[in-house]
Amino acid sequence: MIDWSGYIGLIFEGAWVTVQLTLMGSALAVVVAFAAGLGRISRFMAVRALATTYIEFFRGTSIFVQLFWVYFVLPFAGITLTPLQVGVLALGLNVGAYGAEVVRGAVKAIGREQREACIALNLSRYQAMRHIILPQALPLMLPTFGNNAIELLKGTAVVSLISLTDMTFQAQVVRAQTGSTLIPFATILVLYFVMAWLISLGMRWLERRVTRGLDGVRA
Amino acid sequence: MEWDWEFVRQIMPTLIEGLQITILATILGAAVAAVVGLVFAILRMVAPAPIARTTSFAVEFIRGTPLLVQLYFIFYVLPDIGIRLPALLAGVIGLGIHYGTYAAEVYRAGIENVARGQWEAAKATNLTARQTWVHVILPQAIPPMIPALANYLIAMFKETPLLSAITVLELMNQAKSIANSNYRYIEPMTLVGVFFLIMSLISVFFLRWLEERYARVDER
Repeated sequence: MIDWSGYIGLIFEGAWVTVQLTLMGSALAVVVAFAAGLGRISRFMAVRALATTYIEFFRGTSIFVQLFWVYFVLPFAGITLTPLQVGVLALGLNVGAYGAEVVRGAVKAIGREQREACIALNLSRYQAMRHIILPQALPLMLPTFGNNAIELLKGTAVVSLISLTDMTFQAQVVRAQTGSTLIPFATILVLYFVMAWLISLGMRWLERRVTRGLDGVRA
Repeated sequence: MEWDWEFVRQIMPTLIEGLQITILATILGAAVAAVVGLVFAILRMVAPAPIARTTSFAVEFIRGTPLLVQLYFIFYVLPDIGIRLPALLAGVIGLGIHYGTYAAEVYRAGIENVARGQWEAAKATNLTARQTWVHVILPQAIPPMIPALANYLIAMFKETPLLSAITVLELMNQAKSIANSNYRYIEPMTLVGVFFLIMSLISVFFLRWLEERYARVDER
């Protein structure tokens, strides 16, 4: 009979790495998404071109390829990162590119009359964006952001392949040590599902939070 | 370390071989996904409540867990209960089931987006169920689905490198084995990236075209 307690502990250690990756990756993704998303609708051609290149590049290749590229190729350029940094960087930039399109779409979806009202009130571009456009665009972004966060969580499994000891990696370790396959993999499947469920709960809460006070405004 | 074109020329045939497997896996996976998605969608819409609810949960579960772990599950756990699949087949099934859950949503949304009035009109003109589906509902439901389905096809194509984790010799795995045996990572890894970028840029143009062709049925 195998003593499972130690192995379950191993999987929980991995779960913690997965949680860290998801949180840090999401934080980076949100920053990048707003930067690139707003960059794509910038007045300046150069900024637009830069943002578009970034978005198309990261959406065009898969997270897997990006991760391996960062992990294996960057060291030859003299940049050595820990696997955790590589994971956060690749996941954040990848999901950020998808998020950027969401930001752009939501900002574009705010009606012309709102922009015209901002001009009529003589608000600066920053003021208009900060106080008028974004507060209305944010609720439109959140549901898709939630999906993106779940995609990011699912993406973290891939980092196990660059020797980062996340949940999937630990499950493989347990499989190698015990020869049992069902228990480790079933356990982590359930854990991933619980995490995804928590993310969607959290996003729903956040959505209620940011839509407060917008009832009269939105059609 | 410098970029070496000679090395690139040397490894190209192996990479092309891998690319063929990648494309094969994408096509087979898409076929499985199309069918699995249809089954899920039908079960959710017309099956009795308990089955519909179970299906909904299964779909949510599959969508909430990583494809990589599902592939491991199919490849490592199923042999324990006597189902031993070749790596490529396991990969295709994994891709197919995972993306089938996404396809199911597209089917469902497409069918539900057909206006209620169309169903009522079909009933009022005394069409049979078969006639309703074939002549009224599906012709209106399918065109808007096509761009969404193509989108997932591209997404699936980009996920195929995961199959390398269960020993399928596709593009990524070929690149990795080249890199490991020559200890040169820059060329193979970059080329894999370039291959994927080229393929997806082509498919993005194709997708734009599909969107213009099909998405706006009512504006024609």
